[in-house]
Amino acid sequence: MKFGVIVFPGSNCDIDCFHAVKDALGHEVEYIWHDTEELDGFDCIILPGGFSYGDYLRCGAVARFARIMDAVRTHAAAGKLVIGICNGFQILTEAGLLPGALVRNKNLKFICDTVPLRVETTDTPFTSLYKKGEIINIPIAHGEGNYLVDEDTLKKMKENGQIVFTYVDNPNGSMENIAGVCNEQKNVLGMMPHPERACEEILGNTDGLRLFESIIAAVESESVISAQAVKNRHTGTRRKSAMETSRSKPIAFTQKEELLHD
Amino acid sequence: MTKPYEAVGLTEKEYKKIVEYLGREPNELELNMYGVMWSEHCSYKHSRALFRHFPTSGKRVLQGPGENAGIIDIGDNLAIVMKIESHNHPSAVEPYQGAATGVGGIIRDIFAMGARPIALLNSLRFGDIENSERVKYLVDGVVAGIAGYGNCIGIPTVAGEVYFHDSYNGNPLVNAMCVGIIEHDKIFRGNASGIGNSVMYVGAATGRDGMGGASFASVELTGESEEKKSAVQVGDPFMEKLLLEACLELLETGSIVGLQDLGAAGLTSACCETATRGEGGMEIDVLKVPRREKGMLPVEVMISESQERMFLIVEKGREEEVKRIVEKWGLHAVTIGKVTGNGRLIVREGDKIVADVPAYSLDSSGAPRYYREYEEPEYYSELKQLDLAAIPEPGDYNKTLMELLTSPNLCSKEWVYRQYDHMVRTSTVVKPGSDAAVLRIRGTRKGIALTTDCNSRYCYLDPRAGSAIAVTEAARNLVCSGAKPLAVTDGLNFGSPEKPDRFWQFREAVTGIGEACRELDTPVISGNVSFYNETETQAIYPTPIIGMVGVIEDIDKHCTMHFKDEGDIIILLGETRDEPGGSEYLARIHGLERGVVPRLNFGLEKKLQAFILSAIEKGLLKSAHDISEGGLAVAMAECCMERELGAKVQLETPLRTDAVLFSESQSRFIITCSPEKLVELRQLMAQQEIPHEILGEVGGEELKIDVNGKNIVVLKVKDMKEAWRGAFGCLMS
Repeated sequence: MKFGVIVFPGSNCDIDCFHAVKDALGHEVEYIWHDTEELDGFDCIILPGGFSYGDYLRCGAVARFARIMDAVRTHAAAGKLVIGICNGFQILTEAGLLPGALVRNKNLKFICDTVPLRVETTDTPFTSLYKKGEIINIPIAHGEGNYLVDEDTLKKMKENGQIVFTYVDNPNGSMENIAGVCNEQKNVLGMMPHPERACEEILGNTDGLRLFESIIAAVESESVISAQAVKNRHTGTRRKSAMETSRSKPIAFTQKEELLHD
Repeated sequence: MTKPYEAVGLTEKEYKKIVEYLGREPNELELNMYGVMWSEHCSYKHSRALFRHFPTSGKRVLQGPGENAGIIDIGDNLAIVMKIESHNHPSAVEPYQGAATGVGGIIRDIFAMGARPIALLNSLRFGDIENSERVKYLVDGVVAGIAGYGNCIGIPTVAGEVYFHDSYNGNPLVNAMCVGIIEHDKIFRGNASGIGNSVMYVGAATGRDGMGGASFASVELTGESEEKKSAVQVGDPFMEKLLLEACLELLETGSIVGLQDLGAAGLTSACCETATRGEGGMEIDVLKVPRREKGMLPVEVMISESQERMFLIVEKGREEEVKRIVEKWGLHAVTIGKVTGNGRLIVREGDKIVADVPAYSLDSSGAPRYYREYEEPEYYSELKQLDLAAIPEPGDYNKTLMELLTSPNLCSKEWVYRQYDHMVRTSTVVKPGSDAAVLRIRGTRKGIALTTDCNSRYCYLDPRAGSAIAVTEAARNLVCSGAKPLAVTDGLNFGSPEKPDRFWQFREAVTGIGEACRELDTPVISGNVSFYNETETQAIYPTPIIGMVGVIEDIDKHCTMHFKDEGDIIILLGETRDEPGGSEYLARIHGLERGVVPRLNFGLEKKLQAFILSAIEKGLLKSAHDISEGGLAVAMAECCMERELGAKVQLETPLRTDAVLFSESQSRFIITCSPEKLVELRQLMAQQEIPHEILGEVGGEELKIDVNGKNIVVLKVKDMKEAWRGAFGCLMS
């Protein structure tokens, strides 16, 4: 399987994600420049942390218009995996690929620390190798990681099991202690904590490894996705399952539609 | 009426020297160029003469002082590039931007050598935080500014120090250090070589911000300084990130002959410095310089200190290639001039020549050099007097230790470093909070350890001894991490050199640093001098900050200060003497800043450092921590904090209890080893004749210290940690 790490001009955790996949996991990974138009051949796309375009406006507000983002939407719509970490999470919410928004930390300060997270669901291709309810320690480093979403959406997210990680001791004021969420189809994950910083013994923390290993297991067996497809049929979801979508023509979102969506 | 030369900060004598260089009166632009270049900040005119005291060479030194940054060999074709720089005055009037642009400037110095910046450090001094809202405002702004810049550009801020003292009330210190890594054959220098080569400009457009910043840095702060906020630049870390990546990519192409950042004194400095190091001459056209504002005069373009700009010397004919790469990063490169061999710096405005001066005359090689008068201040011998008998011993040592642990200087600085991304680039092996930061060098077995250090109270009481101690303590911090100390970058912060007592402090400090660096074989490879750190009422304590780097050959063998496991044996290395002079204990508990600073014995120091390094390398130690501010008791407490592990220790001593607990005798360490390794460790200590004492063992929930069989301290580690961690936040709220 092959990972792709998107490089926006102000990305700075791109190298960390690259090396976590290549050195700690020994898997194939490539950098993808932000003006690339397609993502053929990649199984999982990582939107890394950093300050994509300086983020002097809302974080990710400019990045969502980057040329690569159409390809990311196509990739996601095809049921393939996308993970946004920190700034990547902010970009995914700005791009409408994930619900909610990330606002300034409650204490109005940047926070860099290693914090305990609770794994809320293992029913995603990103967390299958963790145990439900397990506490893992993962670094955070953000100024705007305070997750916010409207009540109705939150209710639906809970029902669908879209809350993936929560903070044990809420550091930033996030609603319901939310640290990471996925989309309804569970193939797009966004999280403020940095699993790529917790993949090596020498850095004192390997709690992030299983996230990447889960992804690899999911892609290599595709079993998780198939299970998802079966489940979706049972629950009568109107949306095409990830499996079906991946076989059909990718849905192309245009920038115009995205703007209207706002 | 103010004379024109006075308006640019020059003396009549200096003006005459300019007339001599030119053979005529300078025009306004030329005079301004000399004004900024001959400021202390750019020319080191008051300090240069003393630098001969520093050892600056050695078999590992690949670049000593005089370039954008120093370079030290760490083996396997790799080298570390490093420099420290002050941004004190800008931070005093505009803390966020002042500190942020200080970080931005030092990062450019590192990549100007062709290196990839991999770590940031800082050393901060503020006034009385307990009684001043202004100080809190400055701390808040400076920390946010450092965080804002470093976090955005994605270089981890891995270590530093924050201290408070009344002498910094009107004049805080903000020194930023950057460290980069480079392969030996990829080192670049700021040389304008090759007559006919192009001079190109990349990065942000030039505006009117930071006008005369170098001159502003070279006068004392006054009530009017606040009005000089326009001399403070505004930082754009995203622009710098683009510039950094574009420059590193450009250097791979072989089209670049030399590069230099546009820092203090802007284009003027870059032109004359690169010309002097290269063919000697340069010609540029100010009309070609990208501008942010309309109607800018040549003088404004030439001395602006707008941030995030780089200056490239490009092989003739390869300008288009440079432009293409730079455009990939969303930036523009423009040709603004060319390298000449006639020794002149000629500035044009279109067809018109607006300045024509000998290039070297602007540069520090042509600037005046002063041997200032110095005089031992009266306080020096007076403050050596200390009558310990007149000082009451504390009645409750638990209370005294808690008071020290929660004092502004000794409490945890987590509030500060939690705002810095210290993990980005995933190479930070030892994070802030131990003696030194440790980074792995990706793709190798190696690591480096980094620290900054200075006890300015010692430096005030005895600038020479205090500065030597600063160097030695920095080395101890590295050694405790398992690293062999290699080189120093120094940030020398002092009052006005024009006052003989202040200049005496400077002279003594430089001598002390020189001595210690020679003894420890850690040459000074770069540095910065910041004078005029005073207000109308007082000067700062002399603060020569020592930034130091060391190498660890096998990163798996690094060490930290924290106690690791129950049952580990605690050993004190070195000798505790009756030396309370200049201690944090005397200052904090008794309000006394006097006495003789602790003696430093280089022979013992070197022996102990060599022993610790060998013991760590042999895998015998579980932890190592040097004893500094707060003495043995505070050092013990610090070792307990991280893993919330207690300790039981017994001390036998003829000294007063407060002296044994809080004296800051030099060359002392607390080390631990597992019981199984004790025999081997003792053999090694005996072999190397290491003065030591086995104090007790790690374990339990309390820190228990007995002196001469009597229990003196018993504190729950959990309570100590909570108070120590929370103290800084309480100070700020």
